[in-house]
Amino acid sequence: MKLAVCISHVPDTATKITIGADGKSIDTTGVNYIIGPYDEYAIEAALRLKEKMTGEVVVISLGGDAHKESLRKALAMGADKAVLLKDASPRDSFSVARAVADYLKEFSPDITFFGKQAVDYDNSAVGLMVAEMLGLPSAAVVVKFEVKDGSLLAEREIEGGHEVVEVKLPAVLTMQKGEYEPRYPSLKGIMAAKSKPIEERQPSASSPKVEILSMLKPPPKPAGKIVGTDASAVPELVRLLHEEAKVI
Amino acid sequence: MANGTMSETAIDFSLNEEMKLLQQSVRDFAETEIRPRVLEHDEAQTFPLEVFKKMGELGFLGATVPTDLGGAGMSAVEFVIIMEEIARVDPSVGLILAAHSGLCLQHIFLFADEIQKKRFVPDLATGAKIGSWCLTEPGSGSDASGLKTTAVKGGEGYRLHGSKCFITNGSYASTYVVMAKTDPSQGNKGMSAFVVERDREGVSVGKKENKLGMRASDTVTMTFDNVLIPRENLLGREGEGFHQALTVLDSGRIGIAALSVGLAQGALEAAIKYSKERQAFGKPIAEFQAIQFKLAELATHIQAARLLTYRAAIAKKKGEPINQVAAHAKLFASEVAQRAATEAVQIFGGYGFIKDFPVEKFYRDAKLLTIGEGTSEVQRMVIAKNLLRS
Ligand SMILES: Cc1cc2nc3c(=O)[nH]c(=O)nc-3n(C[C@H](O)[C@H](O)[C@H](O)COP(=O)(O)OP(=O)(O)OC[C@H]3O[C@@H](n4cnc5c(N)ncnc54)[C@H](O)[C@@H]3O)c2cc1C
Repeated sequence: MKLAVCISHVPDTATKITIGADGKSIDTTGVNYIIGPYDEYAIEAALRLKEKMTGEVVVISLGGDAHKESLRKALAMGADKAVLLKDASPRDSFSVARAVADYLKEFSPDITFFGKQAVDYDNSAVGLMVAEMLGLPSAAVVVKFEVKDGSLLAEREIEGGHEVVEVKLPAVLTMQKGEYEPRYPSLKGIMAAKSKPIEERQPSASSPKVEILSMLKPPPKPAGKIVGTDASAVPELVRLLHEEAKVI
Repeated sequence: MANGTMSETAIDFSLNEEMKLLQQSVRDFAETEIRPRVLEHDEAQTFPLEVFKKMGELGFLGATVPTDLGGAGMSAVEFVIIMEEIARVDPSVGLILAAHSGLCLQHIFLFADEIQKKRFVPDLATGAKIGSWCLTEPGSGSDASGLKTTAVKGGEGYRLHGSKCFITNGSYASTYVVMAKTDPSQGNKGMSAFVVERDREGVSVGKKENKLGMRASDTVTMTFDNVLIPRENLLGREGEGFHQALTVLDSGRIGIAALSVGLAQGALEAAIKYSKERQAFGKPIAEFQAIQFKLAELATHIQAARLLTYRAAIAKKKGEPINQVAAHAKLFASEVAQRAATEAVQIFGGYGFIKDFPVEKFYRDAKLLTIGEGTSEVQRMVIAKNLLRS
């Protein structure tokens, strides 16, 4: 089986984001980058499938040389090969999807995995755009799946529960936290990754559909409210949570 | 330099791409798998067996062992990176690793013959078995040559008799390296080293110590009551035990130095975070120069300790003599760790004295580092001996 995993290289979720001088990008000084957390579920899902059925796992990322760090980690986790669609310039979801789809057309994997969203721009768009561009069936926000011959059953998260869908292969999945808690790269994996190839490709160009005009910080959190300090405050707290905050 | 070789310049302490990936992976592991239960294991003095098993599966335990013996084929430098990241979260897990990999496994790997290596190394490298290293006795610590345990040669092998104290991992181990006198009349030259399996008749685990710190690591007395040891379990030749033990300690000390750097780094990070959150006199305490200077001082000392530790690890990787550089690293780093923990508690004020905050434990754990694998006084003796040798 040919399995492709498309991964993003995003600021560590613990990073304190500051807006850059141009007002429409983030200030990247001192920012630590990681594989998108949902993309890690995608890698794990692909690796487990490979271990069960044999096949090849190829990780793909579009971006500058810095993305090699994340690709190398995916190789250390057990992926067989990496492809860097090398282009450091900023792109919108559409032009990322276009370039990835163009590459996948030639590679034609049986299953292509994405994270359900990249935790930088949070658009949740690239995976499903790629599926549409390639005319492939897709399942989004998948927590678990099982391959039957020629198709797969995917359990996906929906509001308040799960649903199970069947899609024909080849297909595209976008992964959510669930069954596939990512493994740590083992020391053997790290050593093996040294000799695995990272192929560099020129991604196809396309004009963006979205232009970022400006970035804003969320408004500062208003100060908390102390209702009381003993049990007598509970009814009022419950009332406020129910009526004002509307969380219970 | 991207490929991380040291050929372009003679001095290079930078980490290459794989080392950075290793560092990040071990850090993630420590944060996720070790951090949540640090206090629980400390309070109850329980050995984190599940953590040990996972470290084995990921290859941390056998990092420096060649792949054909079940290891990862890395060097002392990678071992130092692993140790620092583990100790940054829990120094007592670092101590477990130091005794298992840095002493027991290292001793067997350095001095066993090919058959012995095949017998003992893979299980220790993968964590299928836990190892201990037994030198100290109730009557001899720094003066290891004064140990009283004997191994008397007979027809079927050796009879090992005596007791050892402060043995890390002792209750959980099944493979022990034991130093004993095969010829008490010869002093140092009459000492030999043996591999002793737990299931031999006469091996027993005694009192478990109730400790100030490093409480998740297990420290016990071991008794060997006329234990029959086959000749195939002698490491190297008779009479080499003392020399072997000192050689193992030289490299073990690099591990303790890394453990110290990790502890100090953990204490510094906790202090930085707290100083930004804690308000006094209407501002975060981080805005007081007195606090800033403490942080700056610690960061500088830690960086110096880390470079000494890398320096010693690089010397070991290259096969250079390490006796003096390892002592420099161990002496300096362990004292930095103690200072860092003390200052971190000071920055936390009263909260530093309370178990709900991490620095209280660092403070207790740090003390062992100036004692184990040779006290600070012993390190100074080693260094001075090197200086004065003409
Ligand atoms: C938690 C823990 C774990 C340990 N794990 C192990 C283990 O796994 N295996 C093992 O074999 N041992 C282990 N040890 C033992 C440890 O290595 C010894 O405690 C240490 O080497 C010091 O020996 P000692 O306690 O007998 O002190 P002593 O040697 O009695 O020293 C007492 C004091 O005298 C000083 N001193 C001694 N000689 C001199 C001198 N010539 N000049 C100046 N000062 C001197 C020392 O520096 C020290 O301050 C462990 C100890 C602890 C506490």
